[in-house]
Amino acid sequence: MTSSKHHADRPAAARTRQLEERLIAAGLTSDDEIDGFLTKLYTSASPVNGAVLAARAWTDPAYRELLLADGNAAAAEAGFSLAPPDRGGYQLQVVANTDHVHNVIVCTLCSCYPVSLLGPSPGWYKSFAYRSRTVREPRAVLAEFGVTLRETARISVWDSTSEARYMVLPARPAGTELLSAGQLAALVTRNGLIGTALV
Amino acid sequence: MSLPAGARVRVRAVDPDHHTRMPRYVRGQAGEVVAVLGLWPLPDDSAQGIVPPRVETCYAVRFSAADLWGSGDHFVTVDLWESYLDQL
Repeated sequence: MTSSKHHADRPAAARTRQLEERLIAAGLTSDDEIDGFLTKLYTSASPVNGAVLAARAWTDPAYRELLLADGNAAAAEAGFSLAPPDRGGYQLQVVANTDHVHNVIVCTLCSCYPVSLLGPSPGWYKSFAYRSRTVREPRAVLAEFGVTLRETARISVWDSTSEARYMVLPARPAGTELLSAGQLAALVTRNGLIGTALV
Repeated sequence: MSLPAGARVRVRAVDPDHHTRMPRYVRGQAGEVVAVLGLWPLPDDSAQGIVPPRVETCYAVRFSAADLWGSGDHFVTVDLWESYLDQL
């Protein structure tokens, strides 16, 4: 196992391939179907999608209300069709940052995350360090991401353990009143939608 | 059992042999329901191949860091199925 240090993901990749081969042998899927799914996922899933929802919520109070109350309906209204949990999808739960509350998302059990709206999750999101420390000492974790919050701001951590997938609605930065929806969306980053950046 | 937002609950202090979505760090802890999420199959049943699995309400339950860890001023909210909870 001397090579494992340099190829830490190799055992996982090999296990994944074995699982794929078993499923294909059982007639449950095919290489073409898996490739097609992944191609579709990686070409359409992007944090640009989540940013569009956030920017619209900043400029449209009724849309903001809908986004916070029924994430799937709000995503559909913006042109992003999210399958519900009983059809292999998820229920989008959006949590809004305010002057008093800063939200941050984690999945301590694995790496649950709204991939279609945020793009493939970053490596650190799946790390044991992020998953274990975020629920325990989020202020220290956020500081390492360069996020310093006011002492009075309360941190609210959301541990994604169910069919719900969480997304943070960042607070609209000051001085952006004259920006268009497109310009506002361009301000929003993937980390902002996870809560490890302010925007 | 149907719980409204605001209900106080305690996570059951159990240690099942099978897969569960009840993180160890909230077992035995008291928290507050902040949202009723949906009616979803219980992962504990699905993972064991029980057909059909029980379908239960899943709640977002908020815990205070001071309760979970003995220090800290943040909240941690965890999604928990009805079977994981007792109402206080």
